[in-house]
Amino acid sequence: MALYDLTIHESLDLMRRGEATSVELTQAVLDRIVQVENSVQAYLTLAPEWALEQAREADARRARGDGEGAPLLGVPLAIKDVLCVEGLPCTCGSRILEEFVPPPSASATAVERLRAAGAVILGKTNTDEFAMGSSTENSAYFTTHNPWDLERVPGGSSGGSAAAVASGMALGALGTDTGGSIRQPASFCGVVGLKPSYGRVSRYGLVAFASSLDQIGPLARDVRDAALLLGVIAGHDPRDSTCMPLAVPDYASVLAGAPDAQNELSGMRIGVPREYFIPAQGVQPQVAEAVRAAIEVMRELGAQVREVSLPHADYGLPVYYLIAPAEASANLARYDGVRYGLRVAERGDGVWETFRQTRGAGFGSEVKRRIMLGTYALSAGYYDAYYVKAQQVRTLIKGDFDAAFQDVDVIACPVAPTTAFKIGEKTDDPLRMYLSDVFTFGCNLAGICGISVPCGFDGAGLPIGLQIMGPAFGEEAVLRAAHAYEQATEWHTRKPDIPVTSEAEEDAAKDLT
Amino acid sequence: MRLTLAQVEHIAELAKLALSDDEKARYQEQLSAILEYAERLQAVDTSAIPPTATVLPLRNVMRADESRDSMSREDVLANAPQAEADCFRVQAVLD
Repeated sequence: MALYDLTIHESLDLMRRGEATSVELTQAVLDRIVQVENSVQAYLTLAPEWALEQAREADARRARGDGEGAPLLGVPLAIKDVLCVEGLPCTCGSRILEEFVPPPSASATAVERLRAAGAVILGKTNTDEFAMGSSTENSAYFTTHNPWDLERVPGGSSGGSAAAVASGMALGALGTDTGGSIRQPASFCGVVGLKPSYGRVSRYGLVAFASSLDQIGPLARDVRDAALLLGVIAGHDPRDSTCMPLAVPDYASVLAGAPDAQNELSGMRIGVPREYFIPAQGVQPQVAEAVRAAIEVMRELGAQVREVSLPHADYGLPVYYLIAPAEASANLARYDGVRYGLRVAERGDGVWETFRQTRGAGFGSEVKRRIMLGTYALSAGYYDAYYVKAQQVRTLIKGDFDAAFQDVDVIACPVAPTTAFKIGEKTDDPLRMYLSDVFTFGCNLAGICGISVPCGFDGAGLPIGLQIMGPAFGEEAVLRAAHAYEQATEWHTRKPDIPVTSEAEEDAAKDLT
Repeated sequence: MRLTLAQVEHIAELAKLALSDDEKARYQEQLSAILEYAERLQAVDTSAIPPTATVLPLRNVMRADESRDSMSREDVLANAPQAEADCFRVQAVLD
């Protein structure tokens, strides 16, 4: 197997045994990027020279016997371009931050923890503008292509990270999930994506979209890698007052210690929400079949499967599309062209006209749509009817999950109603686009955790994701269930067949990097 | 809930967004459709339900009141669209 196709834990085993160096591994990934990035377009910024420099440092550190306490030593990873990384631009997929290079002190805690663990940062991946979208089509720069079918979207908003991991252009990646933005692209690209519980991972250095919903999490090639990455980035951070001061379990060893899938699932109670399997939800039949088959596999592995009810599931979408835009409209008020970012002004314009012109030109249509929606929901006369009402129904949605987790340990359901859709298919109809996250909003609104794990392919050869959700700070149960299922199946081992670009195109790509 | 063009213009002004006529027309349609969809929330009885602003049990997170370094002036101004004499240069605030 090519070095770029290894899982993180496989690559660490090779490096520990001295059978590969981080420089070899990183170079293999950079070579792979030259081969397929022209087709996939996962990266907004690549830092190949810096990556090799980090790899050399990692190799030197290992040679010194200084690898203890560096659980990701020499592993090349990608970072979604809404997280600040010292020295690299942070565009958030937006024109308004096209030239923005964050100050060193803004570097994200999650990224700093990866670096302290020895990881090699390759670059920044494409995203819908300010993480608002389900396809990367809202990126102001370009749309990322799904590695399984280049005419289709990779999902979003962490579509660049998912596509990079699926296509061998990073061994793992960080994404962010506000309403499904890690899990849905993981599902569309056939990789594992974990949204941790709200408060599990520090949001310091993450450019805010919806502060009560945003959470940073890993995308990886298997559950063990996701657990390994989560263990590194999780934990209290005094720079984020919403990051819970709770001890971090050793997630990776929870899985490594499990002797077999049977024991991991033995006695585990898995809830299947009745409301998520109603035909009216627009679930593609092959998706429903694959998810039902996956639940059956878990039952055969010893889990107790029972039906649960989430009576307010239908309200997740409208609640999300009032609360998230309301928070976004406040968070994005800072882009005024004064201290950083784009400024658009004619000679003689006053400060208010500069604000209007800068924001009108700097934000794309989806971001403006959501700022408008959020501003309306928060405006005088509508605040109670929309914003407060949405927050009250949010309480009911959270209550549904609390009640379900009295009876079950985890909940299993689809990640998305369909597999990856065609580029351009939904761009004219925002409401239809929003429906592609209908099964993932609840997890964010309730602050709980959820994972997407590959569970099959549809007739067109596109990956399907199984979602397993657990209660707040219940990542161990979610990881254990996902790991047991994954190890009993082979979906996660399949790789997309991506056309490799010709030599001439390779040279052009090299010039770009 | 159908928004009028005047309402769309009012929201855009609150949000300080310059919009073209095309954008105003499009947002009038799209926002109306989304708000219509959101109307279904009115069917839920929430009379005795408190709102959830955050899912965490944390309230008033405090830290020790200790001095520490702030960002350097150079870092603060590094991304300024216009800077002059160690300050951000802005458009006229007063006529």
